Amino acid sequence: MATAAGTTTKWSRRRSLTWGRVGRAAVPYALVAPVVGVMGAILGYPIYSLVRLSLERYGLFELIQHHGVYIGLHNFGSVLHDSVFWHTLLRTIVFAAANVGLTMVIGTLVALLLVRISTSIRLLVTAGLVLVWSMPPVVAVQVWNWMTNVQNGVLNYILTELHVGNYFQHNWYTTSFSQLAMVTTLIVWGALPFVVITVYAALSQVPRELVEAAEIDGARSWRIFLDVTMPVIMPVILILTSLSILWDFGVFTQPYLLIGQAHITTGNYLMGIYLFEQGYVRADFGRGAAISILMLVIVAAMSVVYVRRMIRIGEVT
Amino acid sequence: MNGRSAHRAGWNTLGILVFVVCVFPVFWMISTAFKSDDQINALTPTWFPTHPTLRHFRDALHKPYFWADVKNSLIVVLVVVGIAMVLAFLAAVALSKYRFTGRKLFIVLVIGVQMLPGAGLIIPLYVVLARFHEVNTLTGVILVYLTGALPFSVWTLRGFILGIPKELEEAAMVDGSTRFGAFARILLPLVAPGLVATSVFAFITSWNEYIFARVLLNDGSKQTITVWLSYFLGTSRQTDWGALMAASTLTAIPVVVFFLLIQRRIAFGLTAGAVRG
Repeated sequence: MATAAGTTTKWSRRRSLTWGRVGRAAVPYALVAPVVGVMGAILGYPIYSLVRLSLERYGLFELIQHHGVYIGLHNFGSVLHDSVFWHTLLRTIVFAAANVGLTMVIGTLVALLLVRISTSIRLLVTAGLVLVWSMPPVVAVQVWNWMTNVQNGVLNYILTELHVGNYFQHNWYTTSFSQLAMVTTLIVWGALPFVVITVYAALSQVPRELVEAAEIDGARSWRIFLDVTMPVIMPVILILTSLSILWDFGVFTQPYLLIGQAHITTGNYLMGIYLFEQGYVRADFGRGAAISILMLVIVAAMSVVYVRRMIRIGEVT
Repeated sequence: MNGRSAHRAGWNTLGILVFVVCVFPVFWMISTAFKSDDQINALTPTWFPTHPTLRHFRDALHKPYFWADVKNSLIVVLVVVGIAMVLAFLAAVALSKYRFTGRKLFIVLVIGVQMLPGAGLIIPLYVVLARFHEVNTLTGVILVYLTGALPFSVWTLRGFILGIPKELEEAAMVDGSTRFGAFARILLPLVAPGLVATSVFAFITSWNEYIFARVLLNDGSKQTITVWLSYFLGTSRQTDWGALMAASTLTAIPVVVFFLLIQRRIAFGLTAGAVRG
C-alpha cells in the first residue's frame, strides 16, 4: 500500500512539472474569466457602439432599422459649438465642487465631533447616520418634495418659527440657483453618513500618545489637528473626495426627480440630465453618444488620481 | 461643574442636534404616513400622528402595479445578487491568492468600471439592448445591473479574503488537504460573513437603482419599485402626500432592514482597502 502510493506520487511529480505547472498557472485566469467575460460582453460591446454611435446619425428611424448613417465628427462639432454644452459643463463643475466641498467639510466636522461626545450619544448619532445612509435616493427625493412644498412644507414652517425670516408659502423652486441648492441639500444629506463613518474610522487610527504629547507641549488644538491628525486621515480624505467628485459630477436621479421633468430647462441642466434629454428624450442617440463620450473623458481624467491610488493598494496586498 | 465636563456637555448637545437634523426627514416621512389628511394638509404641522391611521398604506398598496413592480424588483435583485456573488467570489480569490500576469490590468478594469458614471452609458446600453430586443424586459436590466454589482463585489470580497490569516490556510494544507480542500473547508466558512455583507450591499444598490430602470423599462407592469415610486404623484393637481409617504416608507423598508443588518461589516469592507494602503 505504502510503496504503491510512493510510486504514484513520484509519477505524478514528474507529470506535474509539465501539466501541473501549466494547470496551476491557469487557475487564476480561470477564476477571473467569468467576470471578465460578463463585463466584456455587457460593457465592452456597448462602449464600442458608443464610439460608433457618436460618429453616426442615429435617431428613432435608425433605431428601428438597427443601422445608423456615418456622418464623421459632425455630432462632436455640433455639441462643442452648442453654448448649452459649455454652460452645462461649467454649471456641473460648480455644482459638483459645492456638493463635494460641503460634504467633505461637514462630514469631517461631524466625525471630529463623534470623537468628543460620550459613547451613548455617539451610538445614537451613528445609528441615525446608518438610517439615513440606507434611504433609497428616490424615496429621499419624495420626502424632500413633501418637506419643501409651497403650500405647507415643514421646512418653511420651521424656518419661520426659528425667526430666520418669513418663509410662509415660500417657493424653493423658482430659480435655477435655488432648485440646485435644494438638490445640494438632498445630496449632502444622503452622502454625509458614508463620509462621517469612514473619516471616524480613520480618526481612530490617530495615535493617542502623539496627541497627548502635543497637548503636554502646549500645542493649540487646531495645530494638533493640522500636524498630528490630518496626516493620518489624509489618505482617506483624498479617496472620499475623489469618489465624491465622480459621484456628484455624474449625478442624475436627485436633480432630475427633485426639480421634476416638467421644470427641467436648459437653464438648470447638469451633465447627466443634459445627456438624458438630448440623447434619450429627443431620441438623437448619435448626439447623445457624443455628449456621453465627452463626459466619460472628463470623468476619466478626474478619476486618474483615485484609480492610481487604489491600484497601489491592490499591488501592496 | 468643571470646565472639562462643561465642554463635554456642549459637544453632546451638538451631537444630539446633528442626530435630530439628520434623522428628521426619515421621521417626517413615517410620521406623515400615519397621519390623517386633516393633519397633513393643515398649515401648522403636527409632529406626531395623534390618531394613527393605516389608510394611506392601503391606498398605496392599491395603486396599480405596486405588487407587480415589487415582484419585478425582487426578481431583478435576487438574480443579480446570485450571479454576482458566485462570479465575484471566484475573481476575488484569484486577486487575493494568486499573482499573475494581467492582474494589474484586471484591477484597473475593476476600479475603472466603478468610476464610469451611469448616465454616460444609458445611450449605448439602450441602443444595444434595443438591437437585441431586450428593452422593456427584466433580462436587460439584470445584465446592466450586473456590470454595476460585479466590480464592487470583487473589490469588497477581496478585502474580506485578505482579512483571513494566511496561517489558517497553510495549516490546512500541511494537514494534507489540497489547495481546493483548504479553500472549501477553511476559506469558505471564514469568508461567509463577507459574502453575506457584500450580497446585501449588492441587493441595496440594485433595489435603489433608478436611471437604467427608468430608461429600459416602459410598461407600468414591467417597472421596478423605484420607478413606480417616482411616477407616484402622476399629474394630479391635488397631491396625496399621505399615500406618497406611505409608499416611500414601503419602498425603503427592505433596504433599511438589510442595511441595519450589515452596516458594521460594510463600513469595514469599504474602509479596509483605504486604511490598509
